[in-house]
Amino acid sequence: MLPMHTDQSTADDEVCCGSPPAPPSSRNERPGYVLLPFVTHFANTAAGPVPIVKTNWGRNEWADTIKVRTGIGRDEAKIAPGLYGVGKPEAEAPVLVSANYKLSFDTLRKCIDGLDAWILVIDTRGINVWCAAGKQLFGTAEVIRLVKATRLDKVVAHRRLILPQFGATGVAARTVKKETGFEVIWGPVRADDIKMFIENKFHADNDMRRVTFSTLERIVLIPVELSFLPKPTLWFFIAAFLLSGISTEIFSFGTAWARSLMVMSAYFGGVFAGAALSPTFLPLLPGRAFSIKGIFTGIAATALLLFLFDGTTLFLEKIALGAVTVAISSYLAMNFTGSTPFTSPSGVEKEMRLAMPFQAGGLLAGAVLWVWAGIVS
Amino acid sequence: MKQFRYLKNVTTLKLNPEVCIGCGMCTNVCPHGVFIQNSRKAKIVDLNGCMECGACALNCPTAAISVTPGVGCASYIIQTWVKAYVPGANNSKSGGCC
Repeated sequence: MLPMHTDQSTADDEVCCGSPPAPPSSRNERPGYVLLPFVTHFANTAAGPVPIVKTNWGRNEWADTIKVRTGIGRDEAKIAPGLYGVGKPEAEAPVLVSANYKLSFDTLRKCIDGLDAWILVIDTRGINVWCAAGKQLFGTAEVIRLVKATRLDKVVAHRRLILPQFGATGVAARTVKKETGFEVIWGPVRADDIKMFIENKFHADNDMRRVTFSTLERIVLIPVELSFLPKPTLWFFIAAFLLSGISTEIFSFGTAWARSLMVMSAYFGGVFAGAALSPTFLPLLPGRAFSIKGIFTGIAATALLLFLFDGTTLFLEKIALGAVTVAISSYLAMNFTGSTPFTSPSGVEKEMRLAMPFQAGGLLAGAVLWVWAGIVS
Repeated sequence: MKQFRYLKNVTTLKLNPEVCIGCGMCTNVCPHGVFIQNSRKAKIVDLNGCMECGACALNCPTAAISVTPGVGCASYIIQTWVKAYVPGANNSKSGGCC
């Protein structure tokens, strides 16, 4: 293990102008590389130096989490694949395998505070374990590759890898064993349970094996759902503006502006109902199909909007705005199937074939009624 | 997860008990408790809880389980539809999916 660098003030550190100089460079720094803030030092192993990382979260981790949770730089939130360590890992320390999505790695190390363990990060192209396993990026070949590339057999004396249970969709345990000699032990679904799992001598009880989808787990997904929308919103606004201006005098900019704002309110009502209300109240909403759940939240949003617009709109316009809100809410609620851990692709496809004609029809009917109302008024 | 139920009778999951050796791997990897081990054989006890993730089939040593795995995600399915009907449609990333 390399000794920690100790800073000693010298005469050169005297203040000459402004603030005193920053401390000298750490001896762990290398030209052309950035020393990550969560690496405390490097442990020497038979397979070379291994970065030892912190298990507590600082500003960096919270800032990164807020960023990826709101969809900012989510595709670039990666860390380098390879071997890491926490605590003082030795030859008998367990090896935990993880994805190279920054949030996955940060969450894992936060959850194993106090443990001496190795973390083998495989290259999932910055995608979390569950989604990467579905795409075979958290896959058999990649686990085998990293075990060999890091010369893990030189670092640890045992032959066990602990993989997150959600990785089983992409990793065939017996192939890993055959190719590397390492036995795959399926760990718990949630990183929170890993310490308990290791204390229980690698035994996961039923609760650790089952996925959960609590209200909080659903709410944190909403900002990313919304982050996909700016572009479609712009197109929707252009269409709404053009259709809103059609009147007996061919096109009126003043009317187009005033009426398109009403359409946009209906649109945002649908977005809020489908992408925020539906996920939040998911188990309470009637129906199994998400598109049906979205209709209920869409009707609730419509009721609120029409209350606000009462007196300024024709009956025809109210119907048109309601159709738009409900159609968008139903579609976006259906889209949330992609973020849940319990919807089957066969089910989603069946639902889409049934629901999408109605959603498109609702939107089209809304547009036709809206233009018609513009001409007759 | 019992309060979260998706569409019934759609899953492609199948278990061939003749081939099953009762190793218990499917019970281990399934996140929805679809299987139990019963007199040294796996048994499906909650077929409609299956989300077709494919973990059981991939880890079954005797290929006793079959399922068409996939991503249960609307935008991904739209992408595959577009690709099927529009030859050469680019594989652009669009939102919603993991």
